[in-house]
Amino acid sequence: MTTDVNRRVLPGFSLSLGYTLLYMSLLVAIPLAAGFLKASHLSFSEFWAAIASERALAAYRLTVGASLASAVINVGIGVLVAWVLVRYEFPLKGLLDSLVDLPFALPTAVAGLVYSDLFVARGWYGRFLVPLGIQGAYSRLGIVLVLVFIGFPFVVRTLQPVLEGLDKDVEEAAACLGANRLQTALRVIFPSILPAVVTGFALAFARSLGEYGSVVFISGNMPFKTEIAPVLVVARLEEFAYTEATAIAVVILAISFVTLILINLLERWSMRHHG
Amino acid sequence: MAESTKEQAIRPRAQDDPPAVRVALILAAVLIMGFFVVVPLVNVFVQAFAQGVRVYWDNLFHDPDTLHSVKLTLMVAPVAVGLNLVFGIAAAWAIARFRFPGRTLLTALIDLPFTVSPVVVGLFLLLLFGLQGTFGPWLRAHDLKIVFAYPGLVIATAFVTFPVVARELTPLMEALGAEEEVAAVSLGARGWQVFRLITLPNIKWGLLYGVILCNARAMGEFGAVYVVSGHIAGKTDTMPLRVEKLFQEYNLPGAFAVASVLAMLALVTLFVKTALEWKTRRDLAEAHRLQTEGAQP
Repeated sequence: MTTDVNRRVLPGFSLSLGYTLLYMSLLVAIPLAAGFLKASHLSFSEFWAAIASERALAAYRLTVGASLASAVINVGIGVLVAWVLVRYEFPLKGLLDSLVDLPFALPTAVAGLVYSDLFVARGWYGRFLVPLGIQGAYSRLGIVLVLVFIGFPFVVRTLQPVLEGLDKDVEEAAACLGANRLQTALRVIFPSILPAVVTGFALAFARSLGEYGSVVFISGNMPFKTEIAPVLVVARLEEFAYTEATAIAVVILAISFVTLILINLLERWSMRHHG
Repeated sequence: MAESTKEQAIRPRAQDDPPAVRVALILAAVLIMGFFVVVPLVNVFVQAFAQGVRVYWDNLFHDPDTLHSVKLTLMVAPVAVGLNLVFGIAAAWAIARFRFPGRTLLTALIDLPFTVSPVVVGLFLLLLFGLQGTFGPWLRAHDLKIVFAYPGLVIATAFVTFPVVARELTPLMEALGAEEEVAAVSLGARGWQVFRLITLPNIKWGLLYGVILCNARAMGEFGAVYVVSGHIAGKTDTMPLRVEKLFQEYNLPGAFAVASVLAMLALVTLFVKTALEWKTRRDLAEAHRLQTEGAQP
């Protein structure tokens, strides 16, 4: 095996692996362990009281609901944008393609600031939407919209390489066998991009779950109404209610980890059935 | 190649969408991107300059708290990026060049900070280093301050951005393969020589992009830094925190002025990314051309 040759030939295995593990434990493992340790000091009834208050339950529901909604929207617009960028030629396509990554590079605080400004009554979007009764700022809709922005690159970027790698002859064959374009899209193209769509959806969803910086600007942060779970953690912290903040943080972490595991299972499942 | 394009021009192929569908889809994509990405980006700059260049200038350079936030960001981000850079190289070398038990698990664990909410990161750092935290009494006895101070900002930023460089480098080094390095070693090169003369020149562009992306994330980090900073104006406010504070004070032109600087940083990041991708494609084409030419005579 070439791999064993590498270890005997190439230097630096123990140095690089050792440093990697040391840095990861100092920076990541110890703080995570400290958090769980703190949470384990709580008695069960304390923990339960903190995580199951009406306000906290409303916050989890909103966090998960808004993340799901934004991820679903992102699948729709992501498939469309990826398809157009891969299959068609049009002016300024390169610029548009580069701008897909903007949400990765733009600080979330800037995204939150500008989205809230766009959707208030005098904003560029708000002046048209607010008279129609559509409140984009300081509402649940605003949370979903800004999360769509935050998660936008995930679906497009996971889909693009898959679309590029699609064998066009299969589409040609489908057409020769009498399928119309829509049938080809639904029954030939869609199944082969499904695993990438699922991955993109899950990544966007997972990213949205923990998002704080952008949402805090646009949501208005009203308890029971527009307060997401990370905002509730900060609210508890500012009341110096550390135990409650920790308990809710553990719930957020648990939701993220479960999502992560589900992503892996889902990916394996879709690979097996459609890969 | 020329024949197939001619054929394409004469006869629409079955896997091409009808022109009407094509135009409609392109328009829809442009509108979506315009709505969610382009207009917000333009809005940042329009709002920043809404009251003229003079006010913009004053907002940026004559507000001591804003100036301090710029300085603090410039002090925090490079240290966090530097730490993650060293880690990224070490991790990529270990993962891409060797096989060992737990390698897949390690790769998964490196991605972990991406899925942890930044607010939770900040909170856990408070629990560790805050006054009532695990190390709180010890730190106080030694007159050391981590949270609500510079070290806390660096740790929080490093945590949140820590996978970025490693994630850029690992797939790149895997794709490059180890042949050149093995050859160098067999010709008698020492460890650091191999790295400096073979690996580094091969990965330099990916490394550059990783560093720039990591820097953009570090300078823009909000949630984790928000919690550990205690947001003391003129002391622990970084630029994104300054944006939030100005927004809370209803000083929108000020908030947008700082935001515009951060948006420019994002644009520079995207520009470098695009340029590097373009360069990589050209290099690949060049290598391919040389290969085929070399094979012919």
